[in-house]
Amino acid sequence: MIRAHVIVRPRKSIFDPQGDAVCRAIQHLGVSAVKQAHVGKCIELELEGDNIDQARSQLETICQDLLSNPVIEDYVLTLQPADKK
Amino acid sequence: MRWAVIQFPGSNCDQDVFHVLKNVLAQEVDYVWHKDSSLNGADAIVVPGGFSYGDYLRCGAIARFSPIMSAVKEAAAQGRTVLGICNGFQILCEAGLLPGVLVRNASLHFRCETIPVRVEHPGSLFTSQYQAGQVLRLPIAHGEGHYVADEATLDALFQNKQVLFTYCDARGRTTSEANPNGSQRNIAGITNEAGNVLGLMPHPERASEKILGSSDGLGLFASILANRKTALAA
Repeated sequence: MIRAHVIVRPRKSIFDPQGDAVCRAIQHLGVSAVKQAHVGKCIELELEGDNIDQARSQLETICQDLLSNPVIEDYVLTLQPADKK
Repeated sequence: MRWAVIQFPGSNCDQDVFHVLKNVLAQEVDYVWHKDSSLNGADAIVVPGGFSYGDYLRCGAIARFSPIMSAVKEAAAQGRTVLGICNGFQILCEAGLLPGVLVRNASLHFRCETIPVRVEHPGSLFTSQYQAGQVLRLPIAHGEGHYVADEATLDALFQNKQVLFTYCDARGRTTSEANPNGSQRNIAGITNEAGNVLGLMPHPERASEKILGSSDGLGLFASILANRKTALAA
């Protein structure tokens, strides 16, 4: 079994109003050292099989076509073998 | 003229569009379920507003993979008319039929109100019944209507007259105060390069009868019909 993590983040060049609101809320709570926040998504996937390279190439396509929109987002895909539950 | 109104799980403006086309404009119109693969020979396709797939992941991100979208893409490539309203605009962007993407409103607020919208070009398939610079009163209802594209794309959209509608104040000025969602350059609606696919955030179908407070949206549907008549006569 393989476990995959996809982190999708707004691109730095795109204004992220959620991140901005979170940053201001943190500062309001007294942690003024926080100067920036970016809100993205974490998507966890579990795959059958143990061929990491094959899984990676399949998931790269899914990340680009479905899980992120390259116009506004970047993603990081990591895969690791996992024991069956 | 034969119309198809696509229904996704979570569409909620499909019946409004259907009503305007059938009862106000006396058109032939069918609902088409998103799992269907045929548009029944429709001349024009409407991708209506709503919250397809609950807006999961990103607005329109899952709907773009619905079986019917292959037929919509094919119809667009053949030059048939495709109109995406609100969530429909988001779906057309995700599907790559229109450039750019719609993200969370800069204010983070869901905006539901009737606002002034300026007609940029009356020469298009969708705006021939309007005047240049005409200020329409159209309803918006969205949380993700903030249009984003890179600078080169934005320049090209304006140069090619693909920007048909912009947010403006009551006097037609496209100020930042009149921008309800932070859209770049106050963009409210754009076409593809060929001009046969339009996406817009305002709801013309909710402003097509006087009893609803504005019939300014009817001109958009009337423009499509007028264009069809001209094309058939030629």
